[in-house]
Amino acid sequence: MSNSKNGSSCSRRTVLKSGAAITAASTMPMFYVKDAWAAKDFRNNPGNASTVKFGFNVPQSGPYADEGADELRAYKLAVKHLNGEGDGGMLNTMKPLSLKGNGVLGKKVEYVTGDTQTKSDAARASAKRMIEKDRVVMYSGGSSSGVAIAQQSLAQEMGVIFMCGLTHSNDTTGKDKRRYGFRHFFNAYMSGVALGPVLEKEYGKERRAYHLTADYTWGWTQEESIKNTTEGLGWETVKTVKTPVGAGDFSQYITPVLNSGADVLILNHYGKDMINSLTQAIQFGLRDKQVNGKDFQIVVPLFSRLMAQGAGENIKGILGSTGWNWALSDAGSQAFVKSFGQEYGFPPSQAAHTCYVQTLLYANACEMAGTFYPPEVIKQLEDFEFDGMGNGKTLYRGADHQCFKDVLVVRGNQNPSSQFDLLEIVQEVPRSKFEYDPAIFGGELGPYEV
Amino acid sequence: MMNKPKEMNELLLILIFSAVVLTMPIWLSPLGAAYPDLLQKFAIFGVFAIGYNILFGLTGYLSFGHAAFLGVGSYTAVWSFKLLSMNVLPAVMFSVVLAGLFAAVIGFVSLRRSGIYFSILTLAFAQMSYNLAYSVLTPITNGETGLQLAKEDPRILDSAVVDGLPSTNFFGIELQGFSGFYFCAAFLILGFIIALRIFRSPFGLKLRAIKTNQTRMRYTGFSTRPYLLTAFVISGMYAGLAGALMACTDPLAGAERMQWTASGEVVLMTILGGVGTLFGPLLGVGIIKYFENIFSAINEQALHAIFDFLPTWLEEFMVLITHPFVGEGWHLTLGLLFMLTVAFLPGGVMEGIDYIKKKMSSKDTDETEGTSTTKTAEEGSSS
Repeated sequence: MSNSKNGSSCSRRTVLKSGAAITAASTMPMFYVKDAWAAKDFRNNPGNASTVKFGFNVPQSGPYADEGADELRAYKLAVKHLNGEGDGGMLNTMKPLSLKGNGVLGKKVEYVTGDTQTKSDAARASAKRMIEKDRVVMYSGGSSSGVAIAQQSLAQEMGVIFMCGLTHSNDTTGKDKRRYGFRHFFNAYMSGVALGPVLEKEYGKERRAYHLTADYTWGWTQEESIKNTTEGLGWETVKTVKTPVGAGDFSQYITPVLNSGADVLILNHYGKDMINSLTQAIQFGLRDKQVNGKDFQIVVPLFSRLMAQGAGENIKGILGSTGWNWALSDAGSQAFVKSFGQEYGFPPSQAAHTCYVQTLLYANACEMAGTFYPPEVIKQLEDFEFDGMGNGKTLYRGADHQCFKDVLVVRGNQNPSSQFDLLEIVQEVPRSKFEYDPAIFGGELGPYEV
Repeated sequence: MMNKPKEMNELLLILIFSAVVLTMPIWLSPLGAAYPDLLQKFAIFGVFAIGYNILFGLTGYLSFGHAAFLGVGSYTAVWSFKLLSMNVLPAVMFSVVLAGLFAAVIGFVSLRRSGIYFSILTLAFAQMSYNLAYSVLTPITNGETGLQLAKEDPRILDSAVVDGLPSTNFFGIELQGFSGFYFCAAFLILGFIIALRIFRSPFGLKLRAIKTNQTRMRYTGFSTRPYLLTAFVISGMYAGLAGALMACTDPLAGAERMQWTASGEVVLMTILGGVGTLFGPLLGVGIIKYFENIFSAINEQALHAIFDFLPTWLEEFMVLITHPFVGEGWHLTLGLLFMLTVAFLPGGVMEGIDYIKKKMSSKDTDETEGTSTTKTAEEGSSS
């Protein structure tokens, strides 16, 4: 008896409560409709606020975590410089420059961070949090092309600009390009073109290549580009094998290489994957072998200093390409290396460089456009030509949002003078060598207004 | 436990539940969680966990492979968007049916064993599906890059040509932002009603009996396997629905949705909230997704802002000691929380809530001695 009585008094209250709640819920859509009207000018308009927010979405866990950590350092440094703190870094060397060192359009820059976990789902969830909750006007980050492409298409859906960090797949500015996505980093096609003559000079025209390829968009396109280049030289492709990302143990993929009759192993791997596969290949004695009367060679088409650091001794003498290196002597690179070194005590990686530059480029485009309204900012970035940010004169091509700048062919340093002096620059390949027709990769940018 | 929910009017329970779910954008905003993407995740994983709880909570069969059905649901939905129409209704229907069929096959094999062997079998199947999606089935799943919409997809039922990529809709209502949340919430409520009916039906009772003593059940002349398979398929369909909803709010499907960590996540959610309770899994979903999305985003800058009111040295100190537990370290905090829950509240958060309720009501008893002694006795026996 007492039980049911208690129950009914409780329910009366809950009915009242839930009634109130339902009323609130039914009025709610109107708030959002109003909000939607206000936001019609564009999403996350900072309006009269004194600050503006950027989102930095990098891998903090997984096989690309080292790159992610370095990217984040670069982003923080870029924000500092934009706000007029520190020594200004590349703001002193960038030409043409509209930034004044007082934030962007007079608004102080703030930032939020997120972990992509190198997974498309997690990256999009994190990016959506930045856009919907933290109301960022731009987000950036990278290290996996699959993730970058997923975020770039989200950018188009949401109408918020995404400045790609490190992503090297041809698809990013090829078949999956978007109006709201921009890439400063070079791509696999450029790696192939840059590496070709050097490979020919060093290893000759008669070689048999075996590819191990990370099984996703970047690996696929890099394999294709390198294959095209080497087959153009007259090399034969023995076999191409796809390996899962983050495999850890590559021995089962390396053993067959020994008996395949190949004399060059091409590792289309990146980050910790490349460190593991290269180390294991060397442990298996591949480089000490003689096949077809030639020394066995290993090529890593996309190199970075962070990877060289991880692979240690094994990297010595191995050829690859890289977008930027801290040892470059131009004023922009020097200014960036100096302020990064002062802040963190070691030189930046190529991932850090591209992320830093991307942040500055976006901010500069807003300053030029005089607004954060994305279509106007996009128009400023398209076909923007600049200098003083490393890699010489650089063009942001409007047709596919790909930057064209010089690419470096590097070799693992035989006698490093310091723990960071790991890559020796073999050749700086000028951008004119690989200015390809944007039509070859297909894809469509999509509309300015979304 | 068992006869307690019966005392609460079903309709009332559903009404309250709906009200709580639909007002989430209001009462979650002080917690910083009232933005559409996270709300959608709450609702979607809520559906997933409710379904999982029908299997694990009622029959006690611990499946480690439910992410496979989630993945099947997602892939089916995205293919429906690519081939048929951007309308979500066919996508949801096909996903649920296909996930159900898939569950029937896997369940038919796995349910020949129970206990740990069942768990291992489901884990093996899920991992197999994951690896298939990741490599062998790349033409269907697009591997690591994930299945995405393209402009040149046929979409035979949609005629209108749009500039750029089309977005998912429900008869013209675009399913992004809050409308996407209300769409998922409607399915959460529907899923909850079905689960409630199952919990209180003779079928649910049989499932519970399987959990308590399957051998005895068999002796009384019941063949338990059809019931188990039904429960397995139902929970697989829930997972397929969750996968479809994920694709509806964000038309993209990746293989990582099928990974064993994703299966483990729903187990964690269910255990953290309270196995076999109606609301427990939903609480688990709330806690884990909140940690994943909000805690993981607190960086040093944000911590400094939180401890701003303290003197500088103390602020630095507080930031120093809290920093490992937020941001990249959110897994650490979640792990600690999970350990504490399992050690002290084996019944999950729901056990904690029951405990507090009991404490409160025994306080009442002290005040109005005599009148409600029977009630406390009943409550005690029921939980």
